[in-house]
Amino acid sequence: MNVKLQSYLWIAQRASAAVLALCVCVHLATLIYAVQGGLSAAEILGRTRGNTGWFAFYTLFVLAVTVHAPIGLRSIFSEWLGWRAASRDVVLALFGASIAVMGMRAVFAVFA
Amino acid sequence: MSVVRVSVWKGAAKGAFQDFEVPRHPSQTVLDVVTYIQRALDPTLAYRFACRVGMCGSCAMMVNGVPRWTCRTHIDKVLENDSLRIEPLHNLPVIRDLVTDMTVFFDKWARARGRFHGRTNRRDEVARVRPDSENRKAADAGIECIGCGVCYSACEVVAWNPDYLGPAALNRAWTLAMDERDAANRERLRAVAGDAGCHACHTHLSCTERCPKQISPTAAIAGLKRAVAGAALRGEL
Amino acid sequence: MKQPSSYWAAMVHRLSGVALALFLPLHFWALGQALGGAEKLDSFLAWTEQPLVKFAEWGIVVALAAHLAGGLRVLALEFLPWRDWQKTLAAAAAAATLAAGLAFALAL
Repeated sequence: MNVKLQSYLWIAQRASAAVLALCVCVHLATLIYAVQGGLSAAEILGRTRGNTGWFAFYTLFVLAVTVHAPIGLRSIFSEWLGWRAASRDVVLALFGASIAVMGMRAVFAVFA
Repeated sequence: MSVVRVSVWKGAAKGAFQDFEVPRHPSQTVLDVVTYIQRALDPTLAYRFACRVGMCGSCAMMVNGVPRWTCRTHIDKVLENDSLRIEPLHNLPVIRDLVTDMTVFFDKWARARGRFHGRTNRRDEVARVRPDSENRKAADAGIECIGCGVCYSACEVVAWNPDYLGPAALNRAWTLAMDERDAANRERLRAVAGDAGCHACHTHLSCTERCPKQISPTAAIAGLKRAVAGAALRGEL
Repeated sequence: MKQPSSYWAAMVHRLSGVALALFLPLHFWALGQALGGAEKLDSFLAWTEQPLVKFAEWGIVVALAAHLAGGLRVLALEFLPWRDWQKTLAAAAAAATLAAGLAFALAL
């Protein structure tokens, strides 16, 4: 990977961080509200099923995490595990892909 | 007469700490202590110094785990249990005892394009640079660096990533990027971008904390990150 | 210890990120259980009632708040004009994290 691509990774990381800053604030507020009085599936799904607004919001959230998490782990792998070969980026891309798939599955499960 | 207990690194990459007892005096600096050891107790001790008044940076060493200019460090400020542990600067190969090989430090300076490239000659008008322009103020904040290596030794990322150019080299690159007379900025931004460059800085601020000239390499590196991002998005990288 | 406060802020940021990266697959799997109907999600939620799990949940919420606060610190250092109070950003991040952790603990 050349320095131009590495620069794009940095940009993608900060951009996704900005998106996540908003998403996480909303998510934290929501779950602190929702967790009061205990959690039940009926209560949660009653609020979320068929809700296109939240569906869109959490889709954005999943996409931002898919970009952000692997790039964050990349520095840790290279600096703390000494993993600098191309295989590191392949593994991280696969991790990102699985986060995207599992995340969208969850979004569909809860909001569709 | 009170004494200071001093442990000094002897050897190179492999070696051991040797213990000494040094007479304690008021206003004593760590350099005073090292000098006493070499003159009175162990003539084989290798160490560097030059100006001994806080101008040249040659006397930088690890003092109780912190990189400092030993000529400007009063032992009263840094004693731990009335003792000192003195080692060669971290993140650099040790030649002998307290002397490190700074070749890689200056190689990285060059690799970060830490050299001025003018675009005029002596027949042209002298450049008119406004000292209060934002760019000039940014450059002036970093130009007092004397290449002492303290920031490089303090940086954890340098320890984790041997290729990382480090705070001093990147700080110098930034002062040149902010110099409107310089013509080599495109190559420079390419040189400082990426995993071994400004993007490896994780804003620990260890460099800024330790710089004896109160320079903030972290601020310079943040500037480089923004400049590189702009260049990348404009297709100039 | 010897490192400045920003180093510890960066460490909390990094380690909380790792914790979240490890947690996410579990989180997505659990929510995906709803595909099998409300009962499947309910049986998972019943499992989370155990005190140890509740404590881990709280830990993850604190990790999320810490990672957000630390991330905002990084964004401030990298994009805002440099100011001398930069170092107090680490303290501000810690305070915000604590507040979020407390709010969640009280809500539970």
